[in-house]
Amino acid sequence: MAKTKEMTNNNLLEVKDLKISFKTDEGIITAVDGIKFSVKRGQTLGIVGESGSGKSVSTWSIMRLLPKNSIIDKKSSIKFQQKSGKVVEITKFKSNSRELREIRGGEVALIFQEPMSSFSPVYTIGNQIMEAVLQHRDVTKEEAQEIAIDMLDRVGISNPAQRFKQYPFELSGGMRQRAMIAVALSMNPSLLIADEPTTSLDVTIQAQILELMNELQEELGMSIIFITHNLGVIAQVADEIEVMYLGKILERGTTNDIIHEPQHPYTQALLKAIPRLDTIGERLTAISGDIPSPLSRPIGCPFYTRCEKVMPGICDVKMPEPTQLSDTHTVYCFLYEEKNV
Amino acid sequence: MVKFLVQRIIGMAVTMFFVSIMVFIIMELPPGDYAERWAFRKFSGTGAQITEADLDNIRANFGLDRPAPERYFKWISGIVLHGDFGEAFAFQTSVNNVIGQKIWLTLAILFSTLIVTYLVAIPVGIYAAIRRGSAEDYALTVFSYLGFALPNFLLALVLLYISITVFDSSVGGLFSPEYADAPWSTAKALDLLSHLIIPSIILAWSATAFQLQTVRATMLDELNNLSVTAARARGVPEWKLLLKYPARLAINPVVSTMSFDANRIFSELPIVALVLGLPELGELLLKSYLDLDMFVAGAILLILTFMIVFMNFLSDIFLAILDPRVKLIEG
Ligand SMILES: Nc1ncnc2c1ncn2[C@@H]1O[C@H](COP(=O)(O)OP(=O)(O)O)[C@@H](O)[C@H]1O
Ligand code: SF4
Ligand SMILES: [Mg+2]
Repeated sequence: MAKTKEMTNNNLLEVKDLKISFKTDEGIITAVDGIKFSVKRGQTLGIVGESGSGKSVSTWSIMRLLPKNSIIDKKSSIKFQQKSGKVVEITKFKSNSRELREIRGGEVALIFQEPMSSFSPVYTIGNQIMEAVLQHRDVTKEEAQEIAIDMLDRVGISNPAQRFKQYPFELSGGMRQRAMIAVALSMNPSLLIADEPTTSLDVTIQAQILELMNELQEELGMSIIFITHNLGVIAQVADEIEVMYLGKILERGTTNDIIHEPQHPYTQALLKAIPRLDTIGERLTAISGDIPSPLSRPIGCPFYTRCEKVMPGICDVKMPEPTQLSDTHTVYCFLYEEKNV
Repeated sequence: MVKFLVQRIIGMAVTMFFVSIMVFIIMELPPGDYAERWAFRKFSGTGAQITEADLDNIRANFGLDRPAPERYFKWISGIVLHGDFGEAFAFQTSVNNVIGQKIWLTLAILFSTLIVTYLVAIPVGIYAAIRRGSAEDYALTVFSYLGFALPNFLLALVLLYISITVFDSSVGGLFSPEYADAPWSTAKALDLLSHLIIPSIILAWSATAFQLQTVRATMLDELNNLSVTAARARGVPEWKLLLKYPARLAINPVVSTMSFDANRIFSELPIVALVLGLPELGELLLKSYLDLDMFVAGAILLILTFMIVFMNFLSDIFLAILDPRVKLIEG
């Protein structure tokens, strides 16, 4: 059993030295390489980065949902404060233990990019919400059904009683994502992990879902980890943002810090790549070069193979240390470390 | 669901209509006809001269002189309206008398084989997928490849030998001698069941091997499905979510190939029946075909194909119950 210990700074979640690798046929792949982050109560942490940077792996590990070939390094720590007030160390839980099942859904819920495949096609929406409610709340079937229909209503699904009886493939993409949110929130979690929840939706629906998530957070007070590869999306929901690349965090700060005063060359490049209404027709400046394979991670700053400001002999030797630019703003880059030396 | 059922029943009737025409054509295919064969058997060695006129007479007696469409109509309406499959010339009695009991025994073997197949293949396939890469999984793979590789007659002989020497029981035939002519009773039914076990195991082995690999492969696919992770993320206990999500879908390909299994069993049955001395239809089919006893051959072909079409119908119904997408797509 984990000890009861106070969390600092009104934190709900504190992750330290998180390192995750995968055993594969080609060898060991390090997907997340010693990262640190925390989530405050009632706030939204945005995680942004190109695909393959380790956003899903690092957050799914909070629910211990990674496949069997994954290894969470022994020094890693994931501390979470449960509703009861008890602080638990999630890395210490046995897989499939009861404690873990209570965390899954009951404390931390997850919604995915693919609302279609995250529902089973052979059970009704209602069946799958009821399952979630009955798993985590001490209610009768009738009460669970009421909670489920009420939740469908709350996420803006019309005719909730009828939708309850329908199958996932009878709903539109946007409706399915709303239903997925309803499933997650019906379990009353204190942390919602939204893993690219709007990536597969078109822009109008995307905006509606973002608005819905903001509303629900205000209403229910849960914390959110919002994952996306689009900085434009994250600006609308996040209080804090961390920028990930090849399993490392490169920059962290408030949404204002990151969007208006980005310091890391990678963050700056990501911002230039956001499609904007006022520049439609102009070419986007996509970041040049390919992401290196996780099998051959660069030594030193992971971004040096694509960085315009790379300093040979410095950047390709070791990983830069964090530089604290302000109370809230941290960057991992030799451009800033140099100034402090 | 009612509309779906009606559609499927009409579909089955149409299929059977075409099948019956094909069966009738097959019955007509062999050179010569039953009249010649009958005359040959009756008069060969007696020195009697058979003229074309005699043959025509014989044909008229058996009703073989009528045009094909008329004969087809008479044949099929007898079956559909009266359940009468016609005359078994060689046996000088009705086809119904000749094949009656054998049909029930063939069906008993078919269903006991299917039951053994599914009772083993489905749970074991699911288990193998969950324990993928384990020693048990490899052992099961080897075991099922044996099922593919070993010829059935060899298996039949081996099991026959084992059961006689080790268990001192007679596996030959469908009944022990003391029950063979006894009226039906619980004891006789149990005796039948015990005799069904060996042929069912032999016939089920290759079908099981095949379906086990299908279940295992589907299950492996489904295990990677995001909906399984989603259920896990809702805190559903592992055994419960495995049964509710991937296992439920792993059954679908088995259900949808039930008629293939029936087909496979029917084609492998005659050899096994020969070795074990079982009175079933396959052997009779060959014999009646050699004798040009076409109503017997036709009845057997028709019944076997009907069983396969019917299994197909059943699997459509089961699939519609198992997978809501089926009903919606097809109205
Ligand atoms: N099951 C797995 N087996 C092996 N490697 C994996 C597996 N899942 C993820 N990875 C590795 O982890 C890296 C990060 O993946 P992921 O967290 O899904 O990225 P993101 O969510 O940022 O797009 C990937 O580049 C991939 O190489
Ligand atoms: S450390 Fe060097 S290579 Fe990395 S981002 Fe900074 S300047 Fe570019
Ligand atoms: Mg991802």
